[in-house]
Amino acid sequence: MPKLYTFLKYFCVILWSCFVIAPFLWAISTSFKDFNSVTGGATYIPWLQFEPTLDGWSVLFKPGSQGGINIIGPYFNSVFVTFTASFISIALGTLAAYALSRYTFKAGFVQNNDITFFFISQRIMPPVVLSIPFFIFLSTLGLLDSLAGLILVYIVLLMPIAVWIMVDFFNRVPKEIDETALIDGCNPFQAFFKVVLPNSIPGMIVAGLFCIIFGWIDFFFAFILTFTNVQLLPVKIVALNSSITPWWSLSAAALVSVAPLIVVAFVVERFLSKGNLSGALK
Amino acid sequence: MSLNLGNIIFKPTDQYHLNDISLNFEYGKMYTILGRTLSGKTTLLKTIAGLQTPDSGDIEFDGKDFLAIPVWERNVAMVYQQFINYPHLNVKQNIEFPLKQRKMDENLIEKEVSDAIQKVGLKGFESRKIQELSGGQQQRVALARSLAKKAKILLLDEPLVNLDYKLREGLREEFKKLFTGSEASQSIFIYASTDPLEAMQLNGDIIVIDEGKILQTGSAKEVFENPANAKVAEITNDPAMNLNKGKIENNKLILNNNIQFNLPGNLQTMSSGDYLVGIRATDLHLDNNGFDFKVDISEISGSETFLHLHNQDIKCVATIEEVKSYEVDENVKINFDLSKIYLFKESGELHYSPYNN
Repeated sequence: MPKLYTFLKYFCVILWSCFVIAPFLWAISTSFKDFNSVTGGATYIPWLQFEPTLDGWSVLFKPGSQGGINIIGPYFNSVFVTFTASFISIALGTLAAYALSRYTFKAGFVQNNDITFFFISQRIMPPVVLSIPFFIFLSTLGLLDSLAGLILVYIVLLMPIAVWIMVDFFNRVPKEIDETALIDGCNPFQAFFKVVLPNSIPGMIVAGLFCIIFGWIDFFFAFILTFTNVQLLPVKIVALNSSITPWWSLSAAALVSVAPLIVVAFVVERFLSKGNLSGALK
Repeated sequence: MSLNLGNIIFKPTDQYHLNDISLNFEYGKMYTILGRTLSGKTTLLKTIAGLQTPDSGDIEFDGKDFLAIPVWERNVAMVYQQFINYPHLNVKQNIEFPLKQRKMDENLIEKEVSDAIQKVGLKGFESRKIQELSGGQQQRVALARSLAKKAKILLLDEPLVNLDYKLREGLREEFKKLFTGSEASQSIFIYASTDPLEAMQLNGDIIVIDEGKILQTGSAKEVFENPANAKVAEITNDPAMNLNKGKIENNKLILNNNIQFNLPGNLQTMSSGDYLVGIRATDLHLDNNGFDFKVDISEISGSETFLHLHNQDIKCVATIEEVKSYEVDENVKINFDLSKIYLFKESGELHYSPYNN
């Protein structure tokens, strides 16, 4: 019986791994193919079944005048917008969450839980509903097609995630820790920055991870709110599509765009397995 | 030089958490606030610490209006029932945290911290992380942190309740030593507890509190011998004092139609009427000439057995000085030590105490 169980366990893990890894393998092999190798039937092994070329990759770095898309500018735009918006969202979201977790707010029927819900409700509506207000809002401010405008919009989208995760995190930190800090001579600000914050790093990392992922993969707002001046990676990649779908350069672009998320995932996985995220507080 | 609480009222909902509390604490003394869970002990301590502001009333400490001073400037120390430390700091950093906060001289900090570590027996653990310590050690760190501060007021909120039996006994002894040492006269100790035995062992002044109201204050001996009312008698005894309705009639004390005594000499002068008859579990004995009781439950506690018994509507708990299991509904014969009987008026006030005459 235990043998069967072990067999099933490994079988399932391997099966699932295939599902997860296969698209990557497909993308990697396709990115080194040319037109004929892609359209000439399924081939997998380089040199044996098809002749690898760097054409697909070189398109990404060539300027537009040579038929490329020059991905480097949009890449750094994406990194800058995502990380700045995530950082600000975490900073503001953590402060908001702490206040919501520790202090009681009451204005008529509106209480702490309602306020938390208002934050999260930003993410309940389909993005289309928000697109027109955002467009008018940014054009009034003169921030259309600018990095600052995108960061502003992304903060609106990402901060609810940060608030939501951090409220839950702070609710599980005993408030006696804050009280002890007060008794030990900290004013409320010192209690937060000297005691609560250093113990909240695990929660902030999780919240930050979610913010980075959701910010990085957004196509819709990046598409609506920018034209030619500022372009983000997802928009640029879609722009590759023309009358002939260039599967080889699309694959290369896809690999380049998931790379940072894979790096982040591995770093966090290390952190998780060291037990730093759990058990920081009893 | 003392801490005075005057008419403190705290009523956050429609229920009183603190109901007209007036108390006077003096330096060098140890006070035990004894009450059940949710009786207002923690609220009272938090009010003294400044973590909670009462709705009305005043607190005066060394002639200063304490309510006008924020928590972080009050110089109190508090140890919680949960083991509360700073998880991101190691043992030594935890203990020196309040001193650093006060910007004390580095050398002095070093000395105070090593003193405190010595006192609570954590030598050699200075650089350990909090998560690597056992519950008892974590609580010692919290205690050391409050000792190192040399606070004028030390508040202990059931500090031993989450520890296992042996540790509890050991730490309680240490508490007693710490609070009667030479430096103790510089501070006020207030210890909250639900455990009457603990309160008696600490042997300080006892403040009995229930539903936010003070029922009685006095020395351990006073509270033990003369509980002000039936409620105090229940709270200050474990198992709670047995209280049953009874009456005195024709020189007889009658609990029900089975259990009746001829009044012993010391009760002869009592007037006839209805009373609440109180007797401690330890004053009920197995006796072949006793009254018939049926066992509801028997619980073994250390070297004793608590028997929960009933005879018709009379319910009581008896402490038997041996370890023995009884069957449910088993018949036992129990006698009352009549010289230890208390009488309370029907309203609950103490009418007669065996220690008073």
